[in-house]
Amino acid sequence: MTDGETIRAAFKGTLGKFSLDAGFTAPAKGVTALFGPSGCGKTTVLRCIAGLLRLPDGLCVVGGDVWQDRDGAFLPTHKRPLGYVFQEASLFAHLSVRRNLMFGAPHSEGDAGRGRIAFDEVVELLSLTALLDRAPGKLSGGERQRVAIGRALLSQPKLLLMDEPLSALDRATKGEILPFLERLRDRLSLPIVYITHAIAEVERLADQIVLMDKGRVIGAGPLDELQSDPALPLAIARDAAVTLDGVIEKHDSGYGLLTLSVRGGSLIVPAPKASTGEHRRVRVIAGDVSLAREPPGLSSILNVLPARIVSATPVEADEIIAVLALGADGSGARLLSRLTRKSWEQLRLAEGTSVYAQVKAVALAPGRGELG
Amino acid sequence: MRLTALVAALGAFLASSAEAAQTHIAVAANFTEPAKEIAALFNQKTGHEAVLSFGASGAFFTQITHGAPFEVFLSADSERPKAAADGGFALADSLFTYAIGKLVLWSRVIDVTDGEAALKAGQFQKLSIANPVAAPYGTAAVEAMKALGLYDALQPKIVQGNSIAQAFQFVDTRNAEVGFVALSQLYGVTAGTRWEVPQTLYSPIRQDAVLLKTGADSEASKAFLEFLKGPEARAIIERFGYALN
Amino acid sequence: MLGLPSDIWVPIQLTIELAAITTLSLLVVATPLAWWLARSRAAWKEGVAAIVSLPIVLPPTVLGFYLLILLGPDGPGGAIASLWGARTLAFTFTGLVIGSIVSSMPFVVQPIRNAFAAIGDRPLEVAATLRASPRRAFWTVALPLASPGLLTGAVLGFAHAVGEFGVVLMIGGNIPGRTRVMSTAIFDFVETMRWRDANMLAGGMVVFAFAVILSMILLEKRFARARA
Repeated sequence: MTDGETIRAAFKGTLGKFSLDAGFTAPAKGVTALFGPSGCGKTTVLRCIAGLLRLPDGLCVVGGDVWQDRDGAFLPTHKRPLGYVFQEASLFAHLSVRRNLMFGAPHSEGDAGRGRIAFDEVVELLSLTALLDRAPGKLSGGERQRVAIGRALLSQPKLLLMDEPLSALDRATKGEILPFLERLRDRLSLPIVYITHAIAEVERLADQIVLMDKGRVIGAGPLDELQSDPALPLAIARDAAVTLDGVIEKHDSGYGLLTLSVRGGSLIVPAPKASTGEHRRVRVIAGDVSLAREPPGLSSILNVLPARIVSATPVEADEIIAVLALGADGSGARLLSRLTRKSWEQLRLAEGTSVYAQVKAVALAPGRGELG
Repeated sequence: MRLTALVAALGAFLASSAEAAQTHIAVAANFTEPAKEIAALFNQKTGHEAVLSFGASGAFFTQITHGAPFEVFLSADSERPKAAADGGFALADSLFTYAIGKLVLWSRVIDVTDGEAALKAGQFQKLSIANPVAAPYGTAAVEAMKALGLYDALQPKIVQGNSIAQAFQFVDTRNAEVGFVALSQLYGVTAGTRWEVPQTLYSPIRQDAVLLKTGADSEASKAFLEFLKGPEARAIIERFGYALN
Repeated sequence: MLGLPSDIWVPIQLTIELAAITTLSLLVVATPLAWWLARSRAAWKEGVAAIVSLPIVLPPTVLGFYLLILLGPDGPGGAIASLWGARTLAFTFTGLVIGSIVSSMPFVVQPIRNAFAAIGDRPLEVAATLRASPRRAFWTVALPLASPGLLTGAVLGFAHAVGEFGVVLMIGGNIPGRTRVMSTAIFDFVETMRWRDANMLAGGMVVFAFAVILSMILLEKRFARARA
């Protein structure tokens, strides 16, 4: 990709006892998630990108514009065309919602029209109409966060940075806001760097992820690749899962079942009717995938897919995480399977073995544009 | 516990030393230096200790009339000791003039050796005096200016310090080019030029002393007042720039 | 005025003028100073804070003495005064204002500094991410958020300037119509035993200051309620 199509960031330095040495390149569109455990440096990296924190050994080039380089160039935060959403909405207490929203909006017309985000568009996108003349102190946590997002958008950013925008909210509110974020991603052609430590948010929102731990980047790439990489903590976690991109093939209204084709196979999911050809994400937990050496006989499990074992990694004392590639030739999407060492040895499984993957449950993410 | 016992014992010991007693004296601020010397000499000669407090005579008067524990009052004027005696706070027959203040025109900026001429020429912006309402030196300054027929001309230039010490400070810091101060304040001061205002131009600034009611039975207090009248004290007083009765 | 003789009314007027000008000047001077104290990371900033607070601790006689030197022909005051042919700023209303500013400064700086510090970094970071330059962020975010603190500082500064006695006494020279303010006038009345006039002036001073402070406090409460 050319410079104009990427976001390049690399920062190195020490803050107190914490040492950071992290860099990545993300595409200048879609959601790039910065993911990792608490304290791994995600917020530090984001603040460096924003210019709120200045590490002398830093590089930040956004869509071809140099925001910081190692020769001393440094654009102060207020000159960077970015939007930043903090974990706690941090609305200005002395301004109404409307004036908060307009705070960063350019006063002059500028190059209006050319990809400019309009006030009404933002209000509609985030359902803010009823809140416009209220005082920030009278809003709920979820409402405040929506206003904060709207405020950041109305400053006409070229890059949107979001620091765990949902983690301060309760579960119900999170569920309310996630669809708004999906709408944002789908409707605006704005690159978003999104920090979270919740895998569920990554799965629903991210196109690319950058995996971090202890101040370092330990993996970067499309979500499903990282999820099925046994060298990374994602695959061997207790709740390890993969997220696959599926296309709707058909709907069985008699039994209320949706068939989606994924790379290397098809999956059947209980779900209401949806349009053929639509893209949906599906999530398969490693613990829900069991393996058989022969096609299993009569069984209640609907999803039995031929696959080939790509790798096996021991975890805990007596378990194995196997990475499978779907399709008889093993060229399709990756799945994870968690099984006991006993089963592994009894079935005489090994890398390259052809197996049948029995998928007990498939979770379907809500459709694009739907409010979950 | 042990400490209080120790202090109590010490106090008793000191109190029982009837020979060497204390007397508490309120001293007008302008008499500070001579008072200290006299008190030291007094202690040497009699063994009594004069505990001195310095301040404005007006303030002392108010305190005395409200029961302050002074035993002797050395005022900067003659009104207040008289008022104290009239009010029953002091013994009228102990009243006497211990010093007579001398008014001086002083400057660190212009030459006032011929003070009258300097005042007439008026080559200055500010003339400092003590507030006549509060200090006898201020009253004397106004008297002198009026006697010279210059008061009206000089009045716009007058600034008042609320005490003679303050009046002195205005001139000393050169904020006021000239000022009327007490001769005793210029003891040891070599800077600037001065003009002793002729006594004919103002009523004598009698500084009177009196024995207060609280000190009526105090040997040390009476002894101090006697000492103050004596030749050694008078020599000190004169040296510091006061006149004597 | 109000049927009061001029030797009572004029000091009142002078005092109010002095306190008002002092308060306004202090708001202008103390606000940037308080901002710097709240946000700077310089190692010597608490030293500066201590110097600013000195007038609380120093006796007025000491303060007055240093001011006399500062305002006089040997100090910067004299240099300034020479611009219009005078030798000193002592004995002038300007000199009183300066003395009053110095002695009331700590009462104004402290609440404003606290208000700025209470804002924290976050609102200013937010402002920066919304294209606000540091200057714009100060005027449109920090100052409005700190306004209760500014109000408190103004109230305290005004009250202190009205009651200011020692310093004014030391550098004013008690010139009627120019530097004979309420405090020196009361002093004179007491010295000449005009108790009734002294009481009237002193009592009036208390009532006035009380009224001003009370109304400012109520205003401040109204402010805070509107925002919540």
